[in-house]
Parts: sequence; C-alpha cells; structure tokens
Amino acid sequence: MAGLLHLLRRNALVAVIVLAQWPLSMALSRWLNPYYLQIIVYIGINVILAVSLNLINGITGQFSLGHAGFMALGAYVSAAFTLSLGASVAGTTELLVALLIGGFGAAVAGVLVGVPSLRLRGDYLAIVTLGFGEIIRVLILNTNAVGGARGLTGIAPLAGFGSVYGCAVVCVVMLWRLVHSTKGSAFAAIREDEIAAAAMGVDTTRYKVIAFTIGAFWAGVAGGLFAHFIGYIHTNSFTFLKSIEIVVMVVLGGAGSISGAILAAAALTVLPELLRFGAEYRMIIYSLLLIVMMLTRPTGLLGNRELTWRSWKPGTAH
Amino acid sequence: MDQFIQQLINGLSWGAIYALIALGYTMVYGVLRLINFAHGDVYMVGAMMAYYIAHWLGFAVAPSAAGFVIVMVLSMTACALLGALIELVAYRRLRSQPRSSMLITAIGVSMLLEFGGQRVFGPDPKFFPQLIESHSLFRAGSVVMTNIDALVIVVSLALMIGLRWIVMKTRVGMALRAVSFSYDAAALMGIDVNRVLTLTFMLGSALAAAAGTMVGLRNPKIDPLMGLMPGVKAFVAAVLGGIGNFPGAVVGGLLMGLTETFVSAYLSSTYRDAVAFVILIGVLLVKPTGLFGRVTVEKV
Repeated sequence: MAGLLHLLRRNALVAVIVLAQWPLSMALSRWLNPYYLQIIVYIGINVILAVSLNLINGITGQFSLGHAGFMALGAYVSAAFTLSLGASVAGTTELLVALLIGGFGAAVAGVLVGVPSLRLRGDYLAIVTLGFGEIIRVLILNTNAVGGARGLTGIAPLAGFGSVYGCAVVCVVMLWRLVHSTKGSAFAAIREDEIAAAAMGVDTTRYKVIAFTIGAFWAGVAGGLFAHFIGYIHTNSFTFLKSIEIVVMVVLGGAGSISGAILAAAALTVLPELLRFGAEYRMIIYSLLLIVMMLTRPTGLLGNRELTWRSWKPGTAH
Repeated sequence: MDQFIQQLINGLSWGAIYALIALGYTMVYGVLRLINFAHGDVYMVGAMMAYYIAHWLGFAVAPSAAGFVIVMVLSMTACALLGALIELVAYRRLRSQPRSSMLITAIGVSMLLEFGGQRVFGPDPKFFPQLIESHSLFRAGSVVMTNIDALVIVVSLALMIGLRWIVMKTRVGMALRAVSFSYDAAALMGIDVNRVLTLTFMLGSALAAAAGTMVGLRNPKIDPLMGLMPGVKAFVAAVLGGIGNFPGAVVGGLLMGLTETFVSAYLSSTYRDAVAFVILIGVLLVKPTGLFGRVTVEKV
C-alpha cells in the first residue's frame, strides 16, 4: 500500500499532464483543421517511435533497423483485437487494452530479436534486424486472417490527440527515468564499451535484451495508436523505409539524447509537410537537407546532451 | 527435373547480378566500414544511363553486340564518375565522425538519387531497348537457356575476374587491400588513402552500372526505385558471404539469386523476400561473421 502511494506520488505529475490534455484534445479535434490534427498526431506517434528506438540505438548502441517491424506487429495485433470485439467497439478502455496487447506482441518479437544481438555486433546486427522487420512484414502480408495483401480495414478509430500524447508522455517519462537511473547507466556503458562494461559487472546480455524488449513494446504501442487513428493498415506502411525514417530521427536528434529524439521526430514529421509547396522537389530538398545536416552537424542536433528546464545538461554518457 | 534446371539457370543469372552489386558493397565496406545505402541507386542510375546512351547513340533501334559493349562501358564510366563524386561530396568529410552519421548521409544520398531520379528520368517505368536480340541458345527438353542469360553470366564472370586481377595484381589493388587491412597503417606507409577510396567507389559503382545494364536486358522495365530492393538484397548477400570478402560476396550473391528463384518457383513468390532474410539470420546465428568471414578476436 505504501509502495502504491509512493508510486502514485512519484507519478502524480505525469498523471496530471496525461489527464489535463483531454480537454485540450476535445478542443483540438473540434476546432482544428483535420489536416493539422493529423500532422500533430503523427508527431506524437513518431515521438514514441523515435524515443523507443533511441533506447536501443542511441543509448544501448545496438544498431537496429527493424523498428517498423515491431510497429507493424503492434498495429496488427491491436487492430485484430479490437476487430474481434465487434463493430460497435468504442472507448478508452478497449483502446488501452488493445495497445497493451499490441505492445506485448511486439515485445515478444523484441526478445526474439534481442537474442541474436547477443552474438552479433554493429552492422551485422543492423542487417539482421532489418531482416527481422522484413520477415515480420512478409509474414503479415501472407496471413489472410489479417487481410494479407488487401490490408486490414474497418479498425475502430479509437485513438486521437489525447491517447497519442498520453502514451507519448508516459513513454518519454518512463524511458527518461530508466535512462537516468543507476540501472540506466548500464545501457550507456554497453554502448561505450561492451567488454569494459562486462568487466565492470554489467550483465550485458540482460540489458541488451531489456533494451530490445522495452523498445519493441513502445514501437508496438505506437503501431496500435497508428492503426486506431487512421482505421486502415497495410504492410506498405511498415517497410524498412519506415525503419530508416525512425533511425534518421534518432541520429539526427543526437544518439543518446531523448530530448533530441523528440525534437527530431517533430521536425522530420513537419518538414516534408512544410516542403509540400514544391511538391515535385519536396523529397529532393528533404534528402539534401539530411545530407547537409549530417555534414555540418555529424553528432546530431543535441549530440548526447539533453535539453532540460535548467540548462544544457551533460547527457547520460558521462 | 526440367523445371529444376530451368530455375537453376534463372537463379544463376540473377545471382550473378546480385554478386556484381554485392562486390561494390563489400569493397566500400572493406575500406570505409560503411553500408553504402546509395549503392543500389547507383545501379539504378547505371540502368538509366544505359537506356539514354542506347537511345542517343542509336543502338536502341539497331541491336548489335558491339552496341551492347559500348553502352555498358559508357554507363560504367558515367557511374564510376558518379561514385567518385558521391564519395567526395558526401562521405569524405565524415570519415572521422560517428559511423551512424555516415550511415544517415548514405541514406540521404540514396533518397537524393531516388527522388532526383524521379525528377530527372520521370517516375514512370521505362522500357529498356533490346540491345541484343533474345534467342534461345540451347534447348534440352523444356529447358531453355537464352543468350541473355548466358551473356549475363559470362560478362559478370569476366568482370569479377577483372576486378580480382586489379585487386590482387596491380599496385592500386595492393593499396586497396592495405587500406582495408588497416587504415592508419596504410596512411603511415605513404598510401594516399583519399585516392584509394575514390578508386574503390569508382570500381564498385562501375560494377553496379554493369549490373544495371544487364538487368535492363533481362527485365526491360526500369524505374527510379528499382535499386531499392536489389540494393538491400545485395548487401544481405555481401553480409552472408562475410563482408569485406570478395569470393564471399560472389557466393552470397549467387546463393541469394538461386534461393529467390527456387522459392518463387516452388513455394510462393510472396515469400521470396523473406526467405533470403531467414537464411541470412540462420547463417549469422551459426557463424556471426558470414560464410567466409574471418573470425576476429576482440582485443581488450
């Protein structure tokens, strides 16, 4: 009981933020142009994806290129769940349960991917995770029960601004606390030097699998939100290009920086929309910007620093 | 049995193309430790270049073997220059930076080639001219080997032998091997590392262009996004063989081509993309450095 109270007190602020945005959500969905609302919601989903991949790539240093696969699993599992409830499904509870189921489905896959990460390093791991993502996609594409090549339609549009940003806040706070805890230093230690970390008594196996599992869980939640926001999913939304997009957010934000990942996720979601004026040159400008940004600031926007209320605070690496 | 042999021929000619692209990946990775994501798009540019050159020079309407050779050589030259340019502009300045930023730059270059390609060449598929008239070279039962299949296999083989000669027997090849062995030591021995890197990109891109030209002959439909999947597959092939290892890239490419054709023929073409990855993961779990990879002991 005391523990529960402690937990509640510690998370009171989070709860307030999560709850307080519901009125805002109502107002936004009523007054805002659906196009802008959609972009804002996509920012929230991408924040979850970038921050969760940041735990794997940026903080633990396990280069993963399969995040879209986890997202796909979460999307399909949670959508299959709400679809199984019937057509008249509505409500936050159903959505929450669906997101949790989607998240856990993805987390199981995260464990599976975490296991090869124990043997493989660097680019080999990157390419294996890419392979895992593609295998997941092809398997879904060939499963008729979830629509196969037709895609999955008629998913109840349960998610909106409120649920997406509620999840984003919880995700960011959870990962921030994890990374800045004593245990969190173990992740950074693995990134900096795996052998030294092991020599200092860090159970590298355990932490690598944990990073993959938690990262995959949140990617699954993001997928569930995505599915329940647009109401239709197809495996084309979860190709390795999506994985790359998320990796770009993490690296551009600064590997290891949670606030950097958030900023980059927002910037890279809005940027293509801002460039819509020159529709034909949009993606060309986008890719040029990407190259120029990397050439001028190779460690990403924030490096491994965090943007905090007080000032620039050294990141978790030191 | 006939079907088996037929698929074997198809698989070999596809595999030869993958092998050519994989060699470029493996070379760049060997010296720069970079997954050059733009490599698959260089292959696309190769096919496009060949298309335009064939039309400009009039070989598109008058097929001949000489025309094919000229088109392929010109396309290889153009892509070699493109490869050198990419290295100079995008990668050179990042060499001492975190590898992830180099990877993102490679992704940026890849996107630039894809979307720039859509702008320059147009987004619609183009139909590659028949530079060489296709006819069956030999026929046994229902097994047909076309001259195109034979050409792809023979030309790829010749290019691989040429590459091996350059790498093993020439001075630049020796420099290339030295740089891939140890960057710093090579620089200390007076090797111009920049020059070697430029050369590596030129060689790799030329091979990709050759692959692009031959794919045009085999599968005439070419478009600006055609490099995407073959690029990834060829990289997987390079990893499968043990990245940085030349024979490994060739074997990996052939394995990839054969697996894909057999899976499409005997299972289902929808599983084609996945099976390659399943094999990759299987191999890497048993032998984490790939089939021919050297086992390196990590020093503390």
